[in-house]
Amino acid sequence: MAVPSFLARERIIARPGFNRWLIPPAALAVHLCIGQAYATSVYKAALVSHFESSLTAIGIIFSIAIVMLGLSAAVFGTWVDKNGPRAAMFTAACFWSAGFLVGALGISTEQLWLVYFGYGVLGGIGLGIGYISPVSTLIKWFPDRPGLATGMAIMGFGGGALIASPLSRQLMNWYDPTYDGTIGTTPTGAAVAQLFVTLGLVYLVFMMFGAFIVRVPAPDWRPDGFDPSQVKAKSLVTTENVSANNAIKTPQFWLLWTVLFCNVTAGIGILEQAAPMIQDFFRNGETSTVLAATAAGFVGLLSLFNMAGRFVWSSTSDYIGRKPIYMVYLGVGLVLYVLLATVGSTATWIFVILAAIIISFYGGGFATVPAYLRDLFGTYQVGAIHGRLLTAWAAAGIAGPLIINGVLDARGTPGELTAGDYRPALFIMVGLLAVGFVANLMIKPVAEKWFEPKNTDVPTAASTTGDRNLTR
Amino acid sequence: MSTPRHAGDQQATTNTPTALVAFAWALVGVPLAYGLYNTVKAASALFGG
Repeated sequence: MAVPSFLARERIIARPGFNRWLIPPAALAVHLCIGQAYATSVYKAALVSHFESSLTAIGIIFSIAIVMLGLSAAVFGTWVDKNGPRAAMFTAACFWSAGFLVGALGISTEQLWLVYFGYGVLGGIGLGIGYISPVSTLIKWFPDRPGLATGMAIMGFGGGALIASPLSRQLMNWYDPTYDGTIGTTPTGAAVAQLFVTLGLVYLVFMMFGAFIVRVPAPDWRPDGFDPSQVKAKSLVTTENVSANNAIKTPQFWLLWTVLFCNVTAGIGILEQAAPMIQDFFRNGETSTVLAATAAGFVGLLSLFNMAGRFVWSSTSDYIGRKPIYMVYLGVGLVLYVLLATVGSTATWIFVILAAIIISFYGGGFATVPAYLRDLFGTYQVGAIHGRLLTAWAAAGIAGPLIINGVLDARGTPGELTAGDYRPALFIMVGLLAVGFVANLMIKPVAEKWFEPKNTDVPTAASTTGDRNLTR
Repeated sequence: MSTPRHAGDQQATTNTPTALVAFAWALVGVPLAYGLYNTVKAASALFGG
């Protein structure tokens, strides 16, 4: 599928002297916007009331979006790699913004299916393309620090929710002054529709800014002082390239898929239930020693650790290596989960510290995986391979809540659960992390038979035509 | 800040304005700081309650 010339990859090849530190903010401009997907709880109750529906029916909006994220990242990954980050960011901005506008129309006309189609399907496609759009570009601009580079961008996805939550409350307060953001007040549907229109337009401008400033490096560019031969010296790191179609035929891809699935499922187990979980762990009869406001603070703290983990752990992986860092995520995470299940209810501070570190590993797992893919499969189609790997996220998004909710439903009713009721679910997560740990241990360098011919790199028109006027 | 170099050809060079880099970082940094501030404020209930 061809793209208009102003979006084409060959139009955005950087001239010598271009400052690569302009690329992370371009990536963040996209990820900070699409990270809104994790802030949907702000208006969930308002939509339930507006549509006179159930939490489940409204929750489906988010579920559709996440499934579409995984599917679109997998399906459009090759297109993103071929056409470059500007085309991908532009397309993601159009879909993400259109999703909000169609969603707003659905709310205004009380057509829930339009919200499913708008935010869920269109927005979900924007999420998937937007999520992978800057990843391979960042890896190419920062071959010396790929973990740092992708950590910065994917940290933005976590940061997007931190921005969207208070911003949405503030905007809905403007559109419906009776809503003040406190527990017990709910904005009107009209206020949510106006919020959707506002966010749709603001995100469009913001993401277009990212698309406007992003550039790709010339094929033979490398940063000062960077010696690719040193990269090759590290185990598991290749300077060869594997295509996306071949990558999914290798055991390494599926082992990493398993690693990501296990890590994300375990993290979702806590994230999904964070607020009720801390209250249930410290329940004394019918009341909890942890107040609702404190539980909300706990959710905020987890968001911070989720975001920080993406940056800190992914950057650390540049020094200690990708395989060792996943041994930490999964191995130490496993121990922390056991501690959470056994001694987590002895003191609030113990519970909070354990959960916060576990969630930082969850975020770190997301942020480090593109660099791990680069190490294993090279940069040739790393965006497309990353897109296909994200199906593990979609699968974990289904499995994680199913495990935790399934166990809790079997143990009792919400509001009466205690720490002991969570133990079976937590030990299932321990088992999953053990599986992930073993899968990570089994990852070896990719066999030579999958490598592309030596002169293969991401195609750029400039590299084949030498058209220097096209470079920026 | 690393300034990239291009090996082996005679392409015209460019000089990315520092102001543009600073503006781009501010554009993403200010909203992020706003989000962080509000989240830390919410999380403080955990330690104050």
